[in-house]
Amino acid sequence: MTTAVNQAMVEKYKGNFLKEVTDNVEEGNWVKMCMQCGVCSGSCPLGPHWDHPPQELFMMIRANKRDEVLSSTSMWMCTSCYNCVARCPRGLPITHIMHGLAHYGKRMGMKPKNQPTEKFGQMFWDNLIKKGRVNELKLGLGLYFKDGFAEGLKVSMGKQKLGMNMMKAKRMSPMEMLGGHGVSDLSGFHAMLKKAEELEAARVGANTDAK
Amino acid sequence: MAKHEYSYYPGCSSQKGASSSNLEKSVETLCEELDIKLNPIPDWNCCGASIGYAGGGELPRMTLSARNLALSEKHHPDQDVVATCAACWLNTREVQERLNHNPALKAETNIALQSVKLEYKGNKKVRHMVEVLIEDIGYDVLGSKVKKPLEGLKIAGYVGCQTNRPFGIDGESFENPMYLDKMVETLGAEALTKYDKKVACCSGALMFSEPEKGQALVKDIIESAYDSGANMIVTPCPLCQANVEIYQDDINARYKTNFDMPVMYYSQLMDVAFGRSALDAALNGNIIQSKRLREIADK
Ligand code: SF4
Ligand code: SF4
Repeated sequence: MTTAVNQAMVEKYKGNFLKEVTDNVEEGNWVKMCMQCGVCSGSCPLGPHWDHPPQELFMMIRANKRDEVLSSTSMWMCTSCYNCVARCPRGLPITHIMHGLAHYGKRMGMKPKNQPTEKFGQMFWDNLIKKGRVNELKLGLGLYFKDGFAEGLKVSMGKQKLGMNMMKAKRMSPMEMLGGHGVSDLSGFHAMLKKAEELEAARVGANTDAK
Repeated sequence: MAKHEYSYYPGCSSQKGASSSNLEKSVETLCEELDIKLNPIPDWNCCGASIGYAGGGELPRMTLSARNLALSEKHHPDQDVVATCAACWLNTREVQERLNHNPALKAETNIALQSVKLEYKGNKKVRHMVEVLIEDIGYDVLGSKVKKPLEGLKIAGYVGCQTNRPFGIDGESFENPMYLDKMVETLGAEALTKYDKKVACCSGALMFSEPEKGQALVKDIIESAYDSGANMIVTPCPLCQANVEIYQDDINARYKTNFDMPVMYYSQLMDVAFGRSALDAALNGNIIQSKRLREIADK
Protein backbone atom coordinates (compact mmCIF):
# COMPACT_ATOMS: atom_id res chain seq x y z
CA MET A 1 0.00 0.00 0.00
CA THR A 2 1.30 3.44 -0.75
CA THR A 3 -0.23 6.69 0.35
CA ALA A 4 -0.75 10.01 -1.39
CA VAL A 5 1.91 11.65 0.72
CA ASN A 6 4.28 8.86 -0.27
CA GLN A 7 3.68 9.50 -3.97
CA ALA A 8 4.17 13.21 -3.46
CA MET A 9 7.48 12.52 -1.76
CA VAL A 10 8.65 10.16 -4.50
CA GLU A 11 7.75 12.82 -7.01
CA LYS A 12 9.48 15.59 -5.18
CA TYR A 13 12.73 13.86 -4.28
CA LYS A 14 13.08 11.69 -7.36
CA GLY A 15 16.53 10.23 -7.29
CA ASN A 16 17.61 11.93 -4.09
CA PHE A 17 16.57 9.83 -1.15
CA LEU A 18 19.39 11.22 0.98
CA LYS A 19 17.84 14.68 0.65
CA GLU A 20 14.42 13.30 1.50
CA VAL A 21 15.83 11.70 4.64
CA THR A 22 17.73 14.87 5.54
CA ASP A 23 14.58 16.96 5.20
CA ASN A 24 12.01 14.67 6.77
CA VAL A 25 13.41 11.95 9.00
CA GLU A 26 14.08 12.63 12.67
CA GLU A 27 17.79 13.53 12.96
CA GLY A 28 18.13 12.46 9.30
CA ASN A 29 20.48 15.35 8.52
CA TRP A 30 23.19 13.33 10.29
CA VAL A 31 23.19 10.49 7.75
CA LYS A 32 25.62 12.27 5.45
CA MET A 33 28.18 12.34 8.26
CA CYS A 34 28.54 8.54 8.31
CA MET A 35 31.97 7.34 7.20
CA GLN A 36 30.97 3.69 6.89
CA CYS A 37 33.36 2.35 9.52
CA GLY A 38 30.88 -0.31 10.67
CA VAL A 39 31.33 0.24 14.42
CA CYS A 40 27.58 0.69 14.91
CA SER A 41 26.69 -2.56 13.17
CA GLY A 42 29.34 -4.45 15.09
CA SER A 43 28.06 -3.06 18.39
CA CYS A 44 24.39 -3.78 17.91
CA PRO A 45 23.01 -6.51 20.22
CA LEU A 46 20.40 -7.49 17.65
CA GLY A 47 22.86 -7.14 14.80
CA PRO A 48 22.71 -10.82 13.84
CA HIS A 49 18.96 -10.50 13.24
CA TRP A 50 19.02 -7.36 11.11
CA ASP A 51 18.82 -7.68 7.32
CA HIS A 52 20.52 -4.32 7.12
CA PRO A 53 22.38 -3.05 10.19
CA PRO A 54 22.70 0.73 10.66
CA GLN A 55 25.84 1.23 8.56
CA GLU A 56 24.22 -0.63 5.68
CA LEU A 57 20.98 1.35 5.96
CA PHE A 58 22.99 4.56 5.73
CA MET A 59 24.77 3.26 2.64
CA MET A 60 21.44 2.27 1.09
CA ILE A 61 20.03 5.73 1.74
CA ARG A 62 22.86 7.22 -0.29
CA ALA A 63 22.32 4.62 -2.99
CA ASN A 64 18.66 5.68 -3.35
CA LYS A 65 17.30 2.35 -2.18
CA ARG A 66 14.16 4.06 -0.96
CA ASP A 67 11.72 1.15 -0.98
CA GLU A 68 14.17 -1.29 0.59
CA VAL A 69 15.00 1.13 3.40
CA LEU A 70 11.51 2.34 4.25
CA SER A 71 9.95 -1.12 4.19
CA SER A 72 12.81 -2.82 6.02
CA THR A 73 12.12 -4.71 9.25
CA SER A 74 15.62 -3.88 10.45
CA MET A 75 15.18 -0.59 12.25
CA TRP A 76 12.08 -1.94 14.00
CA MET A 77 14.40 -4.29 15.86
CA CYS A 78 16.34 -1.46 17.50
CA THR A 79 16.19 -2.00 21.27
CA SER A 80 17.24 1.60 21.98
CA CYS A 81 20.36 0.45 23.82
CA TYR A 82 22.47 3.39 22.55
CA ASN A 83 25.56 1.24 22.19
CA CYS A 84 26.02 2.50 18.63
CA VAL A 85 25.63 6.13 19.74
CA ALA A 86 28.18 5.77 22.51
CA ARG A 87 30.70 4.30 20.08
CA CYS A 88 30.17 6.04 16.72
CA PRO A 89 33.38 7.98 16.01
CA ARG A 90 31.37 10.58 14.07
CA GLY A 91 28.85 11.14 16.85
CA LEU A 92 25.76 10.17 14.85
CA PRO A 93 22.56 9.88 16.94
CA ILE A 94 21.96 6.48 15.33
CA THR A 95 19.21 5.35 17.72
CA HIS A 96 17.11 8.40 16.85
CA ILE A 97 17.72 7.92 13.16
CA MET A 98 16.52 4.30 13.48
CA HIS A 99 13.36 5.46 15.28
CA GLY A 100 12.98 8.23 12.71
CA LEU A 101 13.33 5.89 9.73
CA ALA A 102 10.86 3.43 11.24
CA HIS A 103 8.31 6.14 11.89
CA TYR A 104 8.81 7.79 8.51
CA GLY A 105 8.43 4.46 6.70
CA LYS A 106 5.17 3.95 8.54
CA ARG A 107 3.99 7.48 7.76
CA MET A 108 4.63 6.75 4.08
CA GLY A 109 2.49 3.60 4.32
CA MET A 110 5.48 1.33 3.80
CA LYS A 111 5.83 -0.35 7.17
CA PRO A 112 6.75 -4.03 6.99
CA LYS A 113 3.87 -6.48 7.31
CA ASN A 114 3.51 -8.36 10.59
CA GLN A 115 6.56 -6.94 12.26
CA PRO A 116 5.82 -7.71 15.93
CA THR A 117 7.65 -4.72 17.43
CA GLU A 118 5.88 -2.36 15.05
CA LYS A 119 2.55 -3.78 16.20
CA PHE A 120 3.50 -3.71 19.86
CA GLY A 121 4.86 -0.16 19.58
CA GLN A 122 1.56 1.06 18.12
CA MET A 123 -0.38 -0.71 20.88
CA PHE A 124 1.87 0.93 23.43
CA TRP A 125 1.28 4.38 21.94
CA ASP A 126 -2.49 3.89 21.76
CA ASN A 127 -2.49 2.69 25.36
CA LEU A 128 -0.49 5.64 26.67
CA ILE A 129 -2.48 8.20 24.68
CA LYS A 130 -5.78 6.95 25.99
CA LYS A 131 -5.24 8.05 29.59
CA GLY A 132 -1.89 9.78 29.53
CA ARG A 133 -0.24 6.92 31.37
CA VAL A 134 0.41 3.33 30.43
CA ASN A 135 -1.94 0.65 31.69
CA GLU A 136 0.42 -2.32 31.86
CA LEU A 137 -2.27 -4.92 32.39
CA LYS A 138 -4.27 -3.92 29.32
CA LEU A 139 -1.08 -3.60 27.31
CA GLY A 140 0.01 -7.09 28.32
CA LEU A 141 -3.36 -8.67 27.56
CA GLY A 142 -3.60 -6.74 24.30
CA LEU A 143 -0.23 -8.11 23.33
CA TYR A 144 -1.29 -11.70 23.94
CA PHE A 145 -4.44 -11.18 21.90
CA LYS A 146 -2.85 -9.28 19.03
CA ASP A 147 -2.98 -12.30 16.72
CA GLY A 148 -6.62 -13.03 17.36
CA PHE A 149 -8.72 -14.52 20.11
CA ALA A 150 -7.85 -18.22 19.88
CA GLU A 151 -4.14 -17.54 19.67
CA GLY A 152 -4.46 -15.06 22.55
CA LEU A 153 -6.17 -17.58 24.76
CA LYS A 154 -3.38 -20.04 24.11
CA VAL A 155 -0.63 -17.53 24.84
CA SER A 156 -2.25 -16.11 27.94
CA MET A 157 -2.88 -19.62 29.35
CA GLY A 158 0.81 -20.26 28.80
CA LYS A 159 1.58 -17.05 30.68
CA GLN A 160 -0.70 -17.83 33.58
CA LYS A 161 2.12 -18.63 35.98
CA LEU A 162 3.96 -15.45 35.07
CA GLY A 163 0.79 -13.42 35.59
CA MET A 164 0.10 -15.08 38.97
CA ASN A 165 3.68 -14.43 40.05
CA MET A 166 3.36 -10.78 39.17
CA MET A 167 0.03 -10.44 40.97
CA LYS A 168 1.41 -12.16 44.06
CA ALA A 169 4.32 -9.73 44.10
CA LYS A 170 1.78 -6.89 43.68
CA ARG A 171 3.46 -5.87 40.45
CA MET A 172 0.35 -6.42 38.38
CA SER A 173 -3.10 -5.45 39.53
CA PRO A 174 -6.41 -6.78 38.19
CA MET A 175 -7.90 -3.44 39.27
CA GLU A 176 -6.18 -1.88 36.27
CA MET A 177 -8.90 -3.41 34.08
CA LEU A 178 -11.34 -0.95 35.64
CA GLY A 179 -10.08 2.49 34.91
CA GLY A 180 -6.50 2.41 36.08
CA HIS A 181 -4.09 5.30 36.37
CA GLY A 182 -4.25 8.39 34.20
CA VAL A 183 -3.68 12.14 34.02
CA SER A 184 -6.50 14.32 35.30
CA ASP A 185 -6.25 17.02 32.62
CA LEU A 186 -7.04 14.48 29.93
CA SER A 187 -8.75 16.85 27.50
CA GLY A 188 -5.81 19.24 27.66
CA PHE A 189 -3.42 16.35 27.18
CA HIS A 190 -5.27 15.19 24.07
CA ALA A 191 -5.49 18.73 22.66
CA MET A 192 -1.73 19.12 23.16
CA LEU A 193 -0.95 15.94 21.24
CA LYS A 194 -3.38 16.79 18.48
CA LYS A 195 -1.71 20.15 18.03
CA ALA A 196 1.74 18.52 17.98
CA GLU A 197 0.58 16.02 15.36
CA GLU A 198 -0.88 18.82 13.20
CA LEU A 199 2.33 20.81 13.37
CA GLU A 200 4.39 17.79 12.44
CA ALA A 201 2.11 16.77 9.57
CA ALA A 202 2.25 20.34 8.29
CA ARG A 203 6.04 20.15 8.28
CA VAL A 204 6.11 17.00 6.15
CA GLY A 205 3.26 18.41 4.04
CA ALA A 206 5.17 21.63 3.49
CA ASN A 207 8.05 19.58 2.20
CA THR A 208 5.79 18.02 -0.40
CA ASP A 209 4.29 21.33 -1.60
CA ALA A 210 7.50 23.01 -2.68
CA LYS A 211 8.27 21.45 -6.01
CA MET B 1 12.06 20.18 56.17
CA ALA B 2 13.98 17.46 54.44
CA LYS B 3 17.63 18.10 53.78
CA HIS B 4 17.35 17.36 50.04
CA GLU B 5 14.25 18.03 47.95
CA TYR B 6 13.63 17.11 44.34
CA SER B 7 10.91 17.35 41.75
CA TYR B 8 10.15 13.70 41.17
CA TYR B 9 9.11 11.99 37.95
CA PRO B 10 7.91 8.51 39.03
CA GLY B 11 6.85 7.11 35.62
CA CYS B 12 4.16 4.58 34.75
CA SER B 13 5.79 1.37 35.92
CA SER B 14 6.31 2.77 39.44
CA GLN B 15 2.62 3.29 40.06
CA LYS B 16 0.67 1.23 42.55
CA GLY B 17 0.20 -2.28 41.23
CA ALA B 18 2.62 -1.75 38.34
CA SER B 19 5.68 -3.76 37.41
CA SER B 20 8.30 -1.80 39.33
CA SER B 21 6.25 -0.77 42.35
CA ASN B 22 8.91 -2.59 44.39
CA LEU B 23 11.53 -0.13 43.13
CA GLU B 24 9.25 2.71 44.17
CA LYS B 25 8.72 1.28 47.64
CA SER B 26 12.40 0.56 48.25
CA VAL B 27 13.38 4.05 47.09
CA GLU B 28 10.81 5.56 49.47
CA THR B 29 12.46 3.73 52.34
CA LEU B 30 15.88 4.86 51.17
CA CYS B 31 14.73 8.46 51.08
CA GLU B 32 13.45 8.24 54.65
CA GLU B 33 16.85 7.00 55.74
CA LEU B 34 18.74 9.72 53.89
CA ASP B 35 16.40 12.64 54.58
CA ILE B 36 15.49 13.06 50.92
CA LYS B 37 12.07 14.31 49.86
CA LEU B 38 10.77 13.44 46.40
CA ASN B 39 7.88 15.69 45.37
CA PRO B 40 5.94 14.06 42.54
CA ILE B 41 5.35 16.34 39.54
CA PRO B 42 1.61 17.12 39.72
CA ASP B 43 -0.40 15.36 37.00
CA TRP B 44 2.68 13.98 35.22
CA ASN B 45 2.18 11.88 32.07
CA CYS B 46 3.97 8.96 30.40
CA CYS B 47 7.31 9.81 28.74
CA GLY B 48 6.76 7.47 25.77
CA ALA B 49 9.42 5.01 26.95
CA SER B 50 11.69 3.62 24.26
CA ILE B 51 9.00 2.37 21.92
CA GLY B 52 6.72 5.41 21.53
CA TYR B 53 8.18 6.14 18.10
CA ALA B 54 5.99 3.50 16.43
CA GLY B 55 2.88 5.60 16.96
CA GLY B 56 4.24 9.03 17.80
CA GLY B 57 6.40 11.24 15.62
CA GLU B 58 9.19 13.44 16.90
CA LEU B 59 7.11 16.40 18.02
CA PRO B 60 4.29 14.52 19.77
CA ARG B 61 6.91 12.53 21.68
CA MET B 62 8.83 15.68 22.60
CA THR B 63 5.70 17.29 23.98
CA LEU B 64 5.18 14.36 26.37
CA SER B 65 8.34 15.06 28.35
CA ALA B 66 8.08 18.82 27.74
CA ARG B 67 4.73 18.83 29.53
CA ASN B 68 6.28 17.10 32.54
CA LEU B 69 9.21 19.50 32.56
CA ALA B 70 6.94 22.53 32.25
CA LEU B 71 4.82 21.23 35.14
CA SER B 72 7.96 20.79 37.20
CA GLU B 73 9.15 24.32 36.30
CA LYS B 74 5.78 25.65 37.41
CA HIS B 75 5.30 23.72 40.63
CA HIS B 76 8.85 23.05 41.83
CA PRO B 77 10.85 25.90 40.28
CA ASP B 78 13.93 25.46 42.46
CA GLN B 79 14.24 21.69 42.41
CA ASP B 80 16.13 19.40 40.05
CA VAL B 81 14.00 16.79 38.30
CA VAL B 82 14.82 13.28 39.50
CA ALA B 83 13.72 9.97 37.98
CA THR B 84 14.29 6.44 39.23
CA CYS B 85 13.50 4.69 35.94
CA ALA B 86 16.24 4.57 33.32
CA ALA B 87 13.92 5.20 30.37
CA CYS B 88 12.07 8.02 32.16
CA TRP B 89 15.36 9.69 33.03
CA LEU B 90 16.75 9.25 29.56
CA ASN B 91 13.65 10.54 27.76
CA THR B 92 13.23 13.54 30.02
CA ARG B 93 16.87 14.50 29.85
CA GLU B 94 17.11 13.87 26.14
CA VAL B 95 14.04 15.95 25.33
CA GLN B 96 15.47 18.79 27.43
CA GLU B 97 18.74 18.68 25.49
CA ARG B 98 17.17 18.33 22.10
CA LEU B 99 14.68 21.15 22.61
CA ASN B 100 17.33 23.45 24.02
CA HIS B 101 19.55 22.80 21.00
CA ASN B 102 16.81 23.21 18.43
CA PRO B 103 14.93 26.53 18.71
CA ALA B 104 12.45 25.61 15.94
CA LEU B 105 11.46 22.39 17.69
CA LYS B 106 11.23 24.21 21.01
CA ALA B 107 8.96 26.87 19.50
CA GLU B 108 6.64 24.22 18.04
CA THR B 109 6.61 22.33 21.33
CA ASN B 110 5.55 25.49 23.11
CA ILE B 111 2.72 26.05 20.65
CA ALA B 112 1.43 22.56 21.49
CA LEU B 113 1.89 23.25 25.22
CA GLN B 114 -0.43 26.25 24.96
CA SER B 115 -3.26 23.69 24.85
CA VAL B 116 -2.46 22.88 28.48
CA LYS B 117 -1.60 26.47 29.39
CA LEU B 118 2.01 25.62 30.03
CA GLU B 119 5.29 26.94 28.78
CA TYR B 120 8.54 25.04 28.61
CA LYS B 121 11.60 27.12 29.43
CA GLY B 122 14.24 24.46 29.65
CA ASN B 123 16.26 25.49 32.67
CA LYS B 124 15.89 22.32 34.73
CA LYS B 125 18.55 19.84 35.61
CA VAL B 126 17.34 16.29 34.97
CA ARG B 127 19.00 13.65 37.11
CA HIS B 128 18.89 9.96 37.85
CA MET B 129 18.36 8.81 41.43
CA VAL B 130 21.81 7.22 41.49
CA GLU B 131 23.32 10.62 40.66
CA VAL B 132 21.60 12.02 43.72
CA LEU B 133 23.02 9.22 45.84
CA ILE B 134 26.55 9.51 44.49
CA GLU B 135 26.83 13.28 44.04
CA ASP B 136 24.56 14.82 46.68
CA ILE B 137 24.79 12.17 49.41
CA GLY B 138 28.14 10.49 48.68
CA TYR B 139 29.63 7.06 49.33
CA ASP B 140 30.92 8.11 52.76
CA VAL B 141 27.49 8.98 54.08
CA LEU B 142 25.99 5.88 52.46
CA GLY B 143 28.70 3.79 54.14
CA SER B 144 28.16 5.45 57.50
CA LYS B 145 24.49 4.40 57.44
CA VAL B 146 25.28 0.70 57.16
CA LYS B 147 24.07 -1.21 60.22
CA LYS B 148 24.02 -4.70 58.73
CA PRO B 149 26.85 -5.09 56.25
CA LEU B 150 25.94 -7.48 53.43
CA GLU B 151 28.88 -9.70 54.29
CA GLY B 152 29.50 -12.77 52.21
CA LEU B 153 27.20 -11.79 49.36
CA LYS B 154 28.73 -11.93 45.90
CA ILE B 155 26.94 -9.51 43.65
CA ALA B 156 27.00 -9.08 39.87
CA GLY B 157 26.37 -5.41 39.14
CA TYR B 158 24.22 -5.13 36.04
CA VAL B 159 24.09 -1.51 34.91
CA GLY B 160 22.44 -2.25 31.55
CA CYS B 161 21.90 0.24 28.74
CA GLN B 162 19.90 3.32 29.41
CA THR B 163 21.27 4.22 32.83
CA ASN B 164 24.65 4.04 31.12
CA ARG B 165 24.16 5.33 27.58
CA PRO B 166 24.05 7.81 25.95
CA PHE B 167 24.48 10.04 29.00
CA GLY B 168 25.77 7.81 31.74
CA ILE B 169 26.81 8.95 35.17
CA ASP B 170 29.33 11.76 35.25
CA GLY B 171 32.92 10.57 35.31
CA GLU B 172 32.04 6.96 34.47
CA SER B 173 32.99 5.12 31.28
CA PHE B 174 30.35 3.63 29.00
CA GLU B 175 32.21 0.34 28.67
CA ASN B 176 32.97 -0.24 32.36
CA PRO B 177 31.12 2.05 34.77
CA MET B 178 32.16 1.44 38.38
CA TYR B 179 29.53 3.17 40.49
CA LEU B 180 27.29 0.16 41.04
CA ASP B 181 30.25 -1.96 42.14
CA LYS B 182 31.31 0.85 44.47
CA MET B 183 27.82 0.98 45.96
CA VAL B 184 27.87 -2.77 46.51
CA GLU B 185 31.29 -2.57 48.22
CA THR B 186 30.08 0.35 50.33
CA LEU B 187 27.31 -1.90 51.66
CA GLY B 188 29.82 -4.54 52.68
CA ALA B 189 29.19 -7.07 49.91
CA GLU B 190 31.63 -8.34 47.33
CA ALA B 191 31.32 -6.77 43.86
CA LEU B 192 32.09 -9.23 41.08
CA THR B 193 34.10 -6.91 38.90
CA LYS B 194 34.76 -9.66 36.32
CA TYR B 195 31.06 -9.89 35.45
CA ASP B 196 31.25 -9.32 31.73
CA LYS B 197 27.58 -8.56 30.97
CA LYS B 198 27.61 -5.40 33.07
CA VAL B 199 26.50 -3.10 30.25
CA ALA B 200 24.78 -5.62 27.96
CA CYS B 201 21.30 -4.99 26.59
CA CYS B 202 18.32 -6.86 28.12
CA SER B 203 16.40 -6.35 24.83
CA GLY B 204 14.16 -3.66 26.31
CA ALA B 205 10.65 -3.74 24.94
CA LEU B 206 11.61 -6.43 22.43
CA MET B 207 11.22 -8.94 25.25
CA PHE B 208 7.45 -8.54 24.78
CA SER B 209 7.30 -8.34 21.02
CA GLU B 210 10.05 -10.76 20.00
CA PRO B 211 10.55 -12.94 23.08
CA GLU B 212 12.85 -15.53 21.55
CA LYS B 213 15.39 -12.81 20.70
CA GLY B 214 14.99 -11.12 24.07
CA GLN B 215 15.39 -14.37 25.96
CA ALA B 216 18.61 -15.16 24.12
CA LEU B 217 20.15 -11.89 25.35
CA VAL B 218 18.92 -12.36 28.91
CA LYS B 219 20.15 -15.96 29.02
CA ASP B 220 23.72 -14.68 28.46
CA ILE B 221 23.31 -12.03 31.17
CA ILE B 222 22.24 -14.63 33.76
CA GLU B 223 24.71 -17.26 32.65
CA SER B 224 27.59 -14.87 33.01
CA ALA B 225 26.45 -14.00 36.55
CA TYR B 226 26.51 -17.71 37.47
CA ASP B 227 29.92 -18.07 35.81
CA SER B 228 31.38 -15.32 37.96
CA GLY B 229 29.98 -16.96 41.11
CA ALA B 230 27.19 -14.48 41.87
CA ASN B 231 24.51 -14.99 44.53
CA MET B 232 22.44 -12.33 42.89
CA ILE B 233 22.30 -9.65 40.22
CA VAL B 234 21.74 -6.04 41.19
CA THR B 235 20.52 -3.32 38.82
CA PRO B 236 19.36 0.31 38.84
CA CYS B 237 16.90 -0.17 35.92
CA PRO B 238 13.28 -1.37 36.25
CA LEU B 239 13.10 -2.88 32.78
CA CYS B 240 16.43 -4.70 33.27
CA GLN B 241 15.12 -5.98 36.58
CA ALA B 242 11.87 -7.24 35.09
CA ASN B 243 13.36 -8.71 31.92
CA VAL B 244 16.13 -10.54 33.76
CA GLU B 245 13.96 -11.78 36.61
CA ILE B 246 10.53 -12.76 35.43
CA TYR B 247 11.29 -14.79 32.32
CA GLN B 248 13.68 -17.22 33.99
CA ASP B 249 11.00 -19.96 33.86
CA ASP B 250 10.54 -19.41 30.13
CA ILE B 251 14.29 -19.37 29.57
CA ASN B 252 14.70 -22.57 31.58
CA ALA B 253 12.04 -24.23 29.44
CA ARG B 254 13.58 -23.02 26.20
CA TYR B 255 17.22 -23.73 26.98
CA LYS B 256 16.95 -26.56 29.52
CA THR B 257 18.73 -24.45 32.12
CA ASN B 258 18.09 -24.29 35.86
CA PHE B 259 18.26 -20.56 36.44
CA ASP B 260 17.02 -19.29 39.78
CA MET B 261 18.95 -16.06 40.10
CA PRO B 262 17.56 -13.22 42.24
CA VAL B 263 17.63 -9.80 40.56
CA MET B 264 17.50 -6.96 43.09
CA TYR B 265 17.51 -3.18 42.98
CA TYR B 266 20.42 -1.22 44.48
CA SER B 267 17.81 0.47 46.68
CA GLN B 268 16.70 -2.85 48.15
CA LEU B 269 20.28 -3.72 49.08
CA MET B 270 20.71 -0.33 50.72
CA ASP B 271 17.48 -0.63 52.70
CA VAL B 272 18.54 -3.99 54.10
CA ALA B 273 22.09 -2.82 54.84
CA PHE B 274 20.70 0.27 56.57
CA GLY B 275 18.80 -2.05 58.90
CA ARG B 276 15.31 -1.75 57.46
CA SER B 277 12.84 -4.63 57.33
CA ALA B 278 12.24 -7.00 54.42
CA LEU B 279 8.87 -5.31 53.92
CA ASP B 280 10.38 -1.80 53.83
CA ALA B 281 12.89 -3.06 51.28
CA ALA B 282 10.00 -4.50 49.21
CA LEU B 283 11.64 -7.91 49.11
CA ASN B 284 8.16 -9.43 48.72
CA GLY B 285 8.00 -7.65 45.35
CA ASN B 286 10.57 -10.01 43.89
CA ILE B 287 9.45 -13.18 42.18
CA ILE B 288 12.75 -14.94 42.80
CA GLN B 289 13.64 -14.39 46.43
CA SER B 290 17.16 -14.01 47.70
CA LYS B 291 17.26 -16.17 50.82
CA ARG B 292 20.58 -14.71 51.87
CA LEU B 293 19.35 -11.13 51.69
CA ARG B 294 16.17 -11.98 53.55
CA GLU B 295 18.20 -13.65 56.31
CA ILE B 296 20.20 -10.46 56.75
CA ALA B 297 17.03 -8.37 56.78
CA ASP B 298 15.39 -10.65 59.37
CA LYS B 299 18.49 -10.82 61.57
S1 SF4 C 1 29.65 3.98 13.65
FE1 SF4 C 1 29.00 5.98 12.88
S2 SF4 C 1 30.42 6.49 11.24
FE2 SF4 C 1 30.68 4.30 11.67
S3 SF4 C 1 29.30 3.29 10.19
FE3 SF4 C 1 28.12 3.59 12.06
S4 SF4 C 1 27.09 5.58 11.78
FE4 SF4 C 1 28.72 5.44 10.26
S1 SF4 D 1 20.49 1.57 19.76
FE1 SF4 D 1 19.51 0.27 18.24
S2 SF4 D 1 20.84 0.39 16.45
FE2 SF4 D 1 22.02 1.14 18.17
S3 SF4 D 1 23.15 -0.64 18.89
FE3 SF4 D 1 21.27 -0.53 20.10
S4 SF4 D 1 19.79 -1.83 19.02
FE4 SF4 D 1 21.50 -1.41 17.59
